[in-house]
Amino acid sequence: MAKGIFKSSLTKKYTMAATGLFLISFLVVHASINAMIFFNDGGKTFNEWGHFMGTNLIVRTMEIGLFAGLILHIVDGLVLFFQNRAARPVAYAYEKPNASSKWYSRSMAILGTLILFFLIIHLKDFWLKTRITGLTGEKHVFVNGVWMENLYSEMRLVFTELWVVIVYLLGCFSLFWHLLHGFRSAFQSLGWNQGQYGQIIAFSGDAFSVFISALFASMPVAMYLNLVH
Amino acid sequence: MTTLKYNHVVINNNMENGMNLTLKVWRQANAEAQGQMTEYKLGNVSPDMSFLEMMDVLNDGLIRKGEDPVTFDHDCREGICGMCSMFINGEAHGPNRGVTTCQLHMRSFKDGDTIYIEPWRSAGFPVIKDLMVDRSAFDRIQQAGGFVSVNTSGRTLDANAIPVPKADADKAFDAATCIGCGACVATCPNGSAMLFVGAKVSQFALLPQGHPERHDRVENMVKQMDAEGFGNCSNIGACEVKCPKSISIENIARMNREYMAANLKG
Repeated sequence: MAKGIFKSSLTKKYTMAATGLFLISFLVVHASINAMIFFNDGGKTFNEWGHFMGTNLIVRTMEIGLFAGLILHIVDGLVLFFQNRAARPVAYAYEKPNASSKWYSRSMAILGTLILFFLIIHLKDFWLKTRITGLTGEKHVFVNGVWMENLYSEMRLVFTELWVVIVYLLGCFSLFWHLLHGFRSAFQSLGWNQGQYGQIIAFSGDAFSVFISALFASMPVAMYLNLVH
Repeated sequence: MTTLKYNHVVINNNMENGMNLTLKVWRQANAEAQGQMTEYKLGNVSPDMSFLEMMDVLNDGLIRKGEDPVTFDHDCREGICGMCSMFINGEAHGPNRGVTTCQLHMRSFKDGDTIYIEPWRSAGFPVIKDLMVDRSAFDRIQQAGGFVSVNTSGRTLDANAIPVPKADADKAFDAATCIGCGACVATCPNGSAMLFVGAKVSQFALLPQGHPERHDRVENMVKQMDAEGFGNCSNIGACEVKCPKSISIENIARMNREYMAANLKG
């Protein structure tokens, strides 16, 4: 393998794409498990899955990979952002960027930063409490002969505040626009956008972005409005 | 960028016929000088003029007044040489699609319009004077691998004797329509040159003559592209919209594949 590949602009693209797709795969798992709250069984199924994810050795190992992937995505994104700014040292006096591209495609760094802010709040609300500081609400629940963290009750508690629900909706909104560009962009970077595949990728990306963001957004809303029980 | 300073210069001020335009043109004496936007009033502009002819009229007026004419690149004036550039009213080659500046006509503007005219802005394209930029970075990228080595000992094969699937020939031809004008770099918010390099890599990678050197080619061209200070492609897609030859970003995807294959195979 050529030495230059590690410094190459294309390697940075591949890294962005690979970590992006990895994070997308995480979103699928996360949204699927969270959607268990809609079984309306008092959070029993959801808590069981949450317990599995929190105790399974393979999942816990992958969690380290997840944080590593996220950090790599952020660091690579920042490097690209600053290199790209340096590539145009003198700005145009007059530009019409909307004539040739979408605002969200040009705003991946700012959308990513908004998602990062949301993630910090989100991790503080759930991950930190589950793994380190302990849950604030009804801490444990007995399901199928096992005591486990009552994440469902924690969700109910967190989403009683309107401003928290609004923050989560803004997070989902940022995620939607980030994915709308990011999904198809990842395939383009890996060289898979070709002929008819391009249309399939574009449609899948748009559909995925709408579906996953709406599914995530529906959770705090449903909790706040007492639509799940 | 410094604050804009306007020098008001009224040229060819015959307001009876044609369009009256306000031009805001980037004037920069040389590569080291501090440039500025300069305002000119230009009257009697025919809608049938090409944009470059309008610039010629402006320059004629400036020369007659004993002033320095606006320097800009141009050559064939029929959209095939890739010399004309200009960032016009916020867009590379102006508001139309699939055309170069020389193919842009004044009928695309209306009487009383203000037109901003700026050079390509990129770390890889330093301004030489006014609207003329140094695009030799593209030459160096081409020299790094944008060619097919051919034995010229007299036993060369007739290119037409080598069978090429029609679909591949079409794609290679589409990529080869790149005239190297640099509108992709000028338009890209990241100042990336990947549409240019993608087109040049694709043009050869798709044809049997280009196969033997494909891996070295893509590695060397990408290396040179990075060394020239161009930005990184983030798949925004503005380049293919403003490319005067409408070259698709599928060529960038092909370059990405070629580069990956080159490095995986060592």
